[in-house]
Amino acid sequence: MGNMTDAYRPGSLEEAYRVRARTGAVPLAGGTDLMVRHRRPAGLVPDPGCPVLLIGHLESLARVEEGPDAVRIGACATYTSLLKHESVPEILKRCIGLLASPPIRNRGTLGGNICNSSPAGDTLPVLYALDCSLVLASTRGERVLPIDRFITGPGKNTLADDEIVKEIVVPKNSFSSQYYRKVGTRRANALSKISFAGLFSKESGRVRDIRIAIGAVAPTIVRSREIEGSLKGMPIAMLKKTAGAVAARYKPLIRPISDQRSTERYREGVSLRLLEQYLTTGIEQEE
Amino acid sequence: MKIEFTLNNKPETVDTDPMRRLLDVLRDDFGLSGVKEGCGEGECGACSVLVNGEIVFSCITPVGTVEGCTILTIEGYRKTDRYRTLEKALEEAGGVQCGFCTPGFVLAAEALLRRNPHPSEDEIREGLSGNLCRCTGYSGIVEGIRAVAEREGLWAT
Repeated sequence: MGNMTDAYRPGSLEEAYRVRARTGAVPLAGGTDLMVRHRRPAGLVPDPGCPVLLIGHLESLARVEEGPDAVRIGACATYTSLLKHESVPEILKRCIGLLASPPIRNRGTLGGNICNSSPAGDTLPVLYALDCSLVLASTRGERVLPIDRFITGPGKNTLADDEIVKEIVVPKNSFSSQYYRKVGTRRANALSKISFAGLFSKESGRVRDIRIAIGAVAPTIVRSREIEGSLKGMPIAMLKKTAGAVAARYKPLIRPISDQRSTERYREGVSLRLLEQYLTTGIEQEE
Repeated sequence: MKIEFTLNNKPETVDTDPMRRLLDVLRDDFGLSGVKEGCGEGECGACSVLVNGEIVFSCITPVGTVEGCTILTIEGYRKTDRYRTLEKALEEAGGVQCGFCTPGFVLAAEALLRRNPHPSEDEIREGLSGNLCRCTGYSGIVEGIRAVAEREGLWAT
């Protein structure tokens, strides 16, 4: 069976910080991504090639706390536990309800999805649209970083060698519609070809706030505050009429790849059509 | 690493690599061959077991993460009245053919019925959506579970 994997199972969060600082061990909560990525033939121990820090059992990382301005979601709260929690925003629940399958949702966590930093990470467009920040913690203390500054490329992020993602901070906001669509090969268990999150609120017939985030169509999640800003204050009727032109403004940002799940052309075509559909009808429906 | 857990109602301790798959520990160390390896990457559900009452893929669960947990495999579950009821219902509905996926489906059904003793057809299909069956076309399995849920009070609280 070869050498044992160096794995640590800290008894507390503080101990986890110390072990992480001392060894650089990679945090593992449910293992649903890491165990697949490092799998070896049947019977052989998956080999991540580095020490592992088991953190999925730490209750202090699995809490959900609602404050006056934000909901703080523990990085290791399982998807299943979030589905049951009343403070978790509706759009995130809808996304989690479509993510993988019940056995994966019983183990998988937001912290894992974020640190995996895949452009196709199902929850990422939703977290981007919600303007989430991450609390990154270590023996040195804590820092807070917006999610779009944390993830820098496919599988790449700015987590320091001694840090752990502790919490996801979701600012509280009210929206008139929350929209999530996932395009995949089948309903359960499929990884996304494209995922789409839209948040919209209106005020006297005009756009008060609109946020659009698209996953799996570029090295990181696509969101343009510039385009969104230009739509604020626009009469809703006009937004609907110019939907095609607005969608076209996203075209330079949509830079998909072809892989085993889909092709570049399909991803570009479908994401632009999803955009157009969202701007014409999606903003006034819940999906 | 020393790892303690309750397996099929018995306290157990293993001293092993914490990154070993729970699947391999159950099959190789405990001889529980009802836990099947299908895809080995969390797609097919043949390796499903219950961990603290929730359905989990043992092929992507490192054994180090189940310290202190309660694990139930088909071998432990088959001693219960609920198992016998489900077995009969699946038999009658034609929910079993080659049998390779069956332990996983039965445990997924148990996890579902524990949470929701009277699921709709959609809820049954959702509850089983982590499990693949290449023989039955699913209808027999769904039918069997629906019959049990309608008829039996075993899961009602």
